[in-house]
Parts: sequence; structure tokens; C-alpha cells
Amino acid sequence: MSDELDTRQDAEPIKDPGLPEHLYRPQDVDESQARRTERQIAWMFRIAALLLLGFCFGYFLIDKDETFLGWSAQNFTFGMTLGGALLLMGVGIIQWAKKLMGDHEMVEMRHPSASSAEDRAAVLQDINDGVKESGFGRRPMIRNSLLGAMGALGLPAIVLLRDLGPLPHGQRDTVWKKGMRLVNDVTGTPIKPSDMQVGQLVNGEPAIVYEVDADGERVLHGTELLQAKSKAAIIVVRMRPEDITPSKGRENWGIDGILCYSKICTHVGCPISLWEQQTHHLLCPCHQSTFDLADNGKVVFGPAHRPLPQLPLGLDDEGYLIAMSDFPEIVAPSYPELARDQKKLDNKA
Amino acid sequence: MSTTEQEYTPIQDTGFGKKAAGPVEWLDDRLGLAGVAKKNLRKVFPEHWSFMLGEIALWSFVVLLLTGVFLTFWYQPSMTEVEYQGSYLPFNGLEMSSAYKSTLDISFDIRGGLLIRQIHHWAAALFVAAMMVHMLRVMFTGAYRKPREINWLIGLTLLLLGLVEGFAGYSLPDDLLSGTGLRFVDGLIRSIPLVGSYAEFFIFGGEFPGDEIIPRLYMAHILLIPALLLGLIGAHMLLLVFHKHTQWPGPGRTEKNVVGYPMLPVYAAKAGGFFFVVFGFLAVMGALLQINPIWAYGPYNPSEVTAGSQPDWYMGFVEGAVRVMPNWESTIFGSTVSWNVFIPGMILPGIFLTVGMLWPFLEQWITGDKREHHLLERPRNAPFRTAFIVAGMTAYAVLWIGGGNDIIATKFGLSLNAITRFVQVGFFVAPVIAFMVTKRICIGLQRADANRILHGYETGVIERTPDGGFSERHAPLPAGSQYTLTAHDRLPALEAPAETDGNGVAAPHGRVAKVQSWLRARYYDGALDKPTVEDVHHAEEHLSGHDGHPVELGDEFQGVSETGIPRVH
Amino acid sequence: MALLVVGGVYTAVAPKPATAETATTNDVEAGRQLFLVGCASCHGKNAAGIETKRGGNYGPTLIGVGAASVDFQVGTGRMPMAQTAPQAPRKTPVYTAEETRQLAAYIASLSPGPAVPDGEYTDLDKASVEDVREGGELFRSNCTACHNSVGAGGAMPGGKYAPTLKGVSAKHIAEAMITGPQQMPVFSDDVITPEDKRNIIAYVKQVQDQPNYGGLAGGGLGPVVDGLFTWVIGIGGLVIAAIWIGAHGARVKKS
Repeated sequence: MSDELDTRQDAEPIKDPGLPEHLYRPQDVDESQARRTERQIAWMFRIAALLLLGFCFGYFLIDKDETFLGWSAQNFTFGMTLGGALLLMGVGIIQWAKKLMGDHEMVEMRHPSASSAEDRAAVLQDINDGVKESGFGRRPMIRNSLLGAMGALGLPAIVLLRDLGPLPHGQRDTVWKKGMRLVNDVTGTPIKPSDMQVGQLVNGEPAIVYEVDADGERVLHGTELLQAKSKAAIIVVRMRPEDITPSKGRENWGIDGILCYSKICTHVGCPISLWEQQTHHLLCPCHQSTFDLADNGKVVFGPAHRPLPQLPLGLDDEGYLIAMSDFPEIVAPSYPELARDQKKLDNKA
Repeated sequence: MSTTEQEYTPIQDTGFGKKAAGPVEWLDDRLGLAGVAKKNLRKVFPEHWSFMLGEIALWSFVVLLLTGVFLTFWYQPSMTEVEYQGSYLPFNGLEMSSAYKSTLDISFDIRGGLLIRQIHHWAAALFVAAMMVHMLRVMFTGAYRKPREINWLIGLTLLLLGLVEGFAGYSLPDDLLSGTGLRFVDGLIRSIPLVGSYAEFFIFGGEFPGDEIIPRLYMAHILLIPALLLGLIGAHMLLLVFHKHTQWPGPGRTEKNVVGYPMLPVYAAKAGGFFFVVFGFLAVMGALLQINPIWAYGPYNPSEVTAGSQPDWYMGFVEGAVRVMPNWESTIFGSTVSWNVFIPGMILPGIFLTVGMLWPFLEQWITGDKREHHLLERPRNAPFRTAFIVAGMTAYAVLWIGGGNDIIATKFGLSLNAITRFVQVGFFVAPVIAFMVTKRICIGLQRADANRILHGYETGVIERTPDGGFSERHAPLPAGSQYTLTAHDRLPALEAPAETDGNGVAAPHGRVAKVQSWLRARYYDGALDKPTVEDVHHAEEHLSGHDGHPVELGDEFQGVSETGIPRVH
Repeated sequence: MALLVVGGVYTAVAPKPATAETATTNDVEAGRQLFLVGCASCHGKNAAGIETKRGGNYGPTLIGVGAASVDFQVGTGRMPMAQTAPQAPRKTPVYTAEETRQLAAYIASLSPGPAVPDGEYTDLDKASVEDVREGGELFRSNCTACHNSVGAGGAMPGGKYAPTLKGVSAKHIAEAMITGPQQMPVFSDDVITPEDKRNIIAYVKQVQDQPNYGGLAGGGLGPVVDGLFTWVIGIGGLVIAAIWIGAHGARVKKS
């Protein structure tokens, strides 16, 4: 094939005229031009040095709270002096190369990437000699046992990585328990149905998030707190009861039109609270999955597959909203064991 | 300039030779580098602006190393909870991770810290962008062809590593935006069939978010991936030197030579100067353009999110794909598979990467062209390839629209849902349209080239014939330009593969050969071959004796061509 | 201006529903006249709303929406609407502050509803550093998901959007939280107290008024704008530099 292609090349319609005649730069023919360029370049470098001095002055003279054009004056000064100096230096060096350094184009010949046939043959010979002398082919027992040992080296490497993390567990459970109060996020105040108007949204958490022990220390903090929040955060909404169409078994999960859903999107876990009080749709700001909270958290748009899990609500003795159980469905993004875990949850219920 | 005219003096006897001989000898006695240096110090590099795109990436990387080292002096890769008491008042007394606090400190309490952080972030965004532009240049001009396939693979690996490196860096400040990004990655890892939960627990050190991920990403960000990047960049450059740079065809430029300027001093100065320009440009960007104002987002909290949560631009295509993917999820043998996350998040980028990596080999197989190529091909002279790349770019750009659908919706008053639907359809339709349109444009440009070779260029001189008609006088192109326009391969003759071998037995690999020949026909379909010797000969006669009026424009004539062909000849 | 409007319903203590008793009967009557001319065509002569044939509303009922709602909708120019749309955009108010107050007084007289918040709770100078920090936490928990972390706004389904909070007065932000205009949910004073609301607004205003330390901020829209800058300014600028480096410049024949 390649020979065939090559033969077609000789019929070139236009012959290569060869490298064109060299044309000179003004600086090459006129020494005064060259000197002018030289002065210009030198000035660029001088101004660059001055700008760098300016940087140092800025460092000590400008207060970090000062502003310029509504921006940090420090950041502006540092960046403009440093950037200006670097740009001038760069432009000066390039200008030097373009205008004053040697200008004749040079021609260098290429050589094929491949080595010579003799070299290749020699390498093949060497490899063959090496393999033969090692007895790699003749003594399969040594060879195979070595390969086996090499393979086994991978075992410690894998085993050592075992403690990167615990084995998966507890994905299906959250910190919600029967009787736990719903509290407002940040302030930690419990919520009564009378606090909520139709069309209201409360970004809530389980009470345990703000619970303190006898010493006044938070029960959950640090990583544990974040892990708890990443599954147990909720939104509580109130709609007109007649707008809600609860599915079978969910008729008494709400209190006078107050429903509680997981705040964690079932797609990839963004917290969602973009609730439209008139359409009852809830939008995820990350990937635009949209759930209908009046219709059991059903997915009405976007890439999420599972409906938003709903938390059954009740009231405690003091009239505050409480959970009647943990989420009966798995919260947060899907994972391979989801179907199995969901079955376990169903059996428990 | 005039060295050739000087009288020849052996270098040892010159003033420079006498001074430098000592140090050179001392070093060479120990390192024996003269042999290598001899070949490379005056190595010739061809000159063209498009050959400097990779340099932008290289110098951005150097800026990343420099600024990154500065940032490590203060940044603390820890998710330990601390109370903020720094100088950003709205957060006074707020609980946050050490990582976030130290990033706030860099931004507000370390002089120049904000500038370096912003330069670092801009350099990261530019690093990936420049790699991509460089990759497109290499692809459009066929510079990946033999013998440079391995360097192409290294380049794509660099791009992939750049994406991972960028994402790791994006996650380190532990602000609300980067935490949201990690939350997405958690969902993405979970979606891996069968082993998703295990991968998640091993990577995050337990359930999301855990307290290991930031230290681990930090290690990857400042040690593991930069080391790989550095090594591969080194290999990339070594191969560049070994193969010598490709060049554009032109008078005196052949497959067997390289025409340009020597490394020392011209190329070293230009490249070195460009480093200062890139660094300076990034510093000015850092001074004037705010990037990732982490204080505006607040510390990460898994129950908070901000509207307009987006990854950095280079993850935008994945983000777009994830946003517009239909919500498929299925349970196979009791195991849940989240196609809605896995396909756009893992399979689609995998397809982009695989097609990119296989392309040089695929093209070689289709065209059967196994020769070395050192002359670049103009995009118009490879219409299929050019159209193919533009189709790929179109698919990528459509996904970008998907990734920014919320911003586009609010800025242009459109419906979020309508944009999503548009992207769902556009991802499949737009590349096809782009392919057809691009191919037509390429063929049109080829025709224009042939026209200029055969009929000359438009001089702008209008002639009036005795009977009142007007026509524009054409003049032949200079020989150099004519040669440049024809310095590319002729189209191969297409033959159907033999169905049977000499003995009438079905040829082995008959089906494969059929596919190959079909693809080859598609590949060259519609492309215009360059004029033959006879065409040119005929045209010359025609041009010189145009209706009996010889074209005499004289040496001083300067055409007013709008075609960009040199006017002085 | 805020004081003027608040003055009219001054005695109405913010969290408690106010009735028309606090406004003068003159105000109510003047408001009614304005209502009949400017609002009744959609909301009905007695402000009970007008139903369409399909069961939707030309204009919803205003019974019980309270003075806060009127002050927000009319005071931000959202009402009267120029045309039917998924969402009423903010625009230059049609009514003067005095007329708005009268309209509010009329609507409040129909049935109790949330009153215009007390000036005490929209005076942001009263928020301490700790208050602002807590306001920030509440803002991130309740508001940023729609309105963005610097209150630049965001997209909602079907062409709707959460508007920007830039240039919106403290009073109007507070009223929006109390009344839940259009698709926005209600954040009642019982859950997010008036002090909490003031702190939230104080945080938003502080974040919006503070310098953009790092330079031009691109509207607070985040990485999409950063990406645009990267390509247009970064790649664009450096490609121009590369073209300059590769250009051959003026040439002459040596004489």
C-alpha cells in the first residue's frame, strides 16, 4: 500500500522552488534602527525593575483593608506591578530575539525515527542471547515460580490498602428515630404546627444535631455531625391538605398539610430546598431534578430516579413535630446494595 | 548575519573559546555532555504561532508549581473543626474545617496570599484550556500521525491527569462549592456497579464526607499527580526533541528537513520570554479578575447548597451530561445500577478519551497510510478528519450548555427545562449537522485553492472590454504560494478489496477488509484532489494568453487581493 | 422612605397579624379607590380574586395577604403586572410610597394578615458581628439554594427564577420572607424570628456591599463566568501573544 502511495507522489503539479530569498529586517540594514530597538528593550527592563520595587513598597505601605475601585488595593498593586514587570521582561526578551538576534532561518535534516536494520538485528540478537543465557525458556520451573512470587507481591500491596476505610455499612440508617423532634436548622428550635403557615418551608434537622450532653458538649460534632447531616437533613413544608395526594399508607404521615421530606437529593446528594409553594415542586440546584412534594416526592423532571424519601410525622406531648420512625426509604444517592437494603427496611417496617 | 563572510578562525583561538574552554572541559570530563549538547544547542525549531499553544500549557504548569509551593506554606489539609477568628468579619466565631480556615487566612491575612491563590486558580484553568487548544491544533493538522502516536497518547494522558489534578485542587478549600463538588463525586463513585459502596468507603475513609478525603486529595494534588505530570511532560518534550517538530509545508520545507531558528539563542529567548509573558498575564488576571471567592460561599455543610453550583469549566461537559441524562436506574440480580449517574459521569468521558486515544490508529487503518509524516496537513485537505473533530467539539460544546443551563436560563430569560430538552436532542443532532457543514466548507475551501492555483488570484484590476463588459483581471500566484497550496498528498485510488484470493477461496479477513474499504471510501468521499501536472500546464497557457491579452502587470504592481495571498511579487 | 411607610402602620407590632385599625379610615378609603382603579380588573372588585374558566386565577385573592404583601408587591413594582408571565418581574414602582401605604391599609382592612415589619427589625445597624455570622448561617441554610451565596439569584423550573437580592431594601426582603410572594415559600416569624430575618438581611447586605477583594467578580455567578474568562481573556490574550511572537514583521531587501 505504502509503495503504491509513494509512486503517486512524483506527479507534483508545482515543483518546489526552494527556500525563498532571505529578506532583511530594518535593524539588519540600518544600525540606527537597531540602536533604537536596543534602547526600547532596555527601557522595558528598567521599567520592569521599577515596577518590582513598587511591589515591595506596596507590600509595606498599603494596608490590607484599603480598597481601590472596590477591590483590595493590595491585591491590585501586587498583581499589576508583578504582572506588569513580568510582561515587560517577557516582551523585551522576545523583542530582542525577534529584532536583534540572528535571523537566518536554518535547515536541519531529519532522520527516520527508526534505527538501522543492523541495530535492530543486534538488539534482537542481544535479547535472544540474554534470554538464552538466563535459561528463562529452558528452566520453566524457576521462571514460573518467580512469576508466581512476583504476582504474590501484589497481595501485600492490596492488603495494605485495606485500612483505607471501613467496609460499607449503615448506608440505610439515619440518625432519625421514633419520637425525635424536628428542629429548625441553625437556631435548633423545635417546631409546632401552628408556627407554620400554608406555603411555608422550614429547613430542618433532627434534634440530635443540636443536642448537648450533661457537660454542655454537643453530642455530635466534627465528622460525625457532618455525616449525620448529610443523610438526615430535612425540609418541612406546609400545603393546603386538599392539594396533597398521599399514596396508600401515607395518609397519616402529615399533620394538617405539613409534610417532611429528606433534604438530600436521591440523584447525587445535593441538599435541595428550592421549593415552589404554588406548584409544590422542589428543584435541585445541582442537576435540576424536580420532585413533586404534593405527590409523595415523585420525580417530575431531571436525572433523579427515586422519589424523595418522606419522613412520617407526629406530635409529642408538648405539641412539637416529631418523627414517627426513621425514613422508610433509603436517603441519599443510590448505591449497588440499595435494592437489598431497601428490602431489609421494608421487612423491619 | 555576516558570520559566513568572516575569516574562519577555530573556536579554540577566539576570545570566547579561551575563556569558556576551561569550564566546558571540567564539566565534560565528568558528565560527557558535549555529544548531546552538540546535537541540541543549535537544534532547529520551525516557527508558527500555533506551535506555541503547548507552551502556554507548559508555562502555566510552571506557574502552578511556583504558586503552589507558596500556598503549601500556609494551607492545612485537615477537616478538623476549628473556630474562625481571622479578619473576615462575617465569619467571626464560625465553626469550620482547618482547611477552609487556612484558605481564608491565605486570602485575608497573608499579604499577597489572595493574589497567589488567584494566579494559581487562573493558571489551573488556563493549563487545561491550553492543553486542549494544543490538542486540537495537533489533531486538526494531523501532527499525531506516525511517528508521533506515542506522544499523542502521552498528551491525552496529561490532559486526563490535568483534569483530575484540577478537580483535586478545586476540592481542597473545603468551601460550600467544593464540598458540593465532592458530594457529586461521592454519588458518582457510588454509582459504579457492584463495587460502588466499597470504592466510596475506601476513598472517603468511611461514610461521606468523613475526615480523610481532604488530606488524601492534598497528597494527590501536591505529590502524586504533579510527579506523574512532571514525568510525562518530560517524556513529551524528549519525544518532541527526538522527532523534531513538525512544520507547515512551503518552499524548501520537505518531509526530510526542518526549517526554522536555532534553539540557542533565538528559540530559547522566545520561549523563555513567553514564560514571562504567560506568568505576567496570569498575574494581571489575578490582580483584576476575582476567581473562586471562597469567602462568598461559606464553609462546607452537607445540608447547604448555593444556586449556580458548578464545577470548574473543564468538568463542565461531564456536569452537562449528568444534568441532561434521563433518569434510568435498574436493579440487576439484586444489585442497583444507577445508569443516570454512571453513564454520563464515567462512561461518556471514557468514550471521549478512548476515541481520542484510538483515533490515530483508527485513521491509519482506514487510510492504510503507514508512512512517517513531518509536514502538517491543512485542515481543509483532510475534510473527513476536520469534520470529525468539529463534530466532537460540537458534542462537547452542547454538553457545556447543559452544564451551565441554570446560568443560561437566568441570563437569557429561558426555561431551564427547555434548555435541558434542547441539549438532550442537540447532543445527538448537532454533531451530525456540524460534520456535514464542516465537510462542505472544507471541500469548498479546497475548490477555492484549486481555483487560485489554476486561475490565479484576483488582482482587483477591472478591465473594460470594447463592447462594454467588465471583468477582473487574474494574475498567477507566486511560485512559492502555488507550491505551498499543492504540497500535500494526492488522494489514493480507491479499490474494492478482493473478495476471493487467487484460488477463488474467500479471502481471509474478507469482512474486515470490506469494512475497511467502506470506511476508506467514506473518509475520502467528496474530497477534492489537487490539480494534476496537465491541469496546471493547461491553466498556465490559458493565464498567459488570456483572450489574446497577455497579463502584464509589471514588477511594481501590488494587487489588492482580499484572499490573503502575498501582494508583492 | 422606609420610615414614611412604616410610620403609617407603626403601632402594628411586627410578628402579630395587624388589622386595619392601625391605619386611618381615610387611608383605607383612599386605598380602596386606588384598588378599584388599578387592581380590581385582575383581583376582583372586592379583592377576592377572579377565577379563569380553567379554574386558575387571573389574579389571586388578596383577602388575608396583609399589608406586608401589598407593600412588597407594589413597592418593588411587581404589581401591577405589565403582562401575564410565569413570574412578575421587579420594575420601577407605579405607585408612590404614600399610595402604596394606602393600598396596604385597604387590603389589611379586609382581613388580618402580616403587617409591614417594624422598623426595629429592618435597622441593620443593630446587628452585631455575632448576629451577622448567625444571619450568614441562616442565609446559607434557607436562602442560598435559590438566591445564590451572594444573593445574585438563580434559575427555577419553567423559565421562573429566584430574583437577585442586589438593590432590594431590607424591608422588602423581610416582607418577602414573611409573605412568600409568588413561588417563594413563607418563612414565618415563628420559625425565623424577626431578629433572625434582620440578621440574614444584615449578612446579605454586608456580603454585597463589601469590596470584591480579588477584582472584577463576574456577577457572583461562579465557575461558568470563570470559564468564560479563561477562554476569552486567557486563551484569547495568550494566542494573540503567540501570533505576535510568530509574526515575521517588516522586511526589506538589502540594498
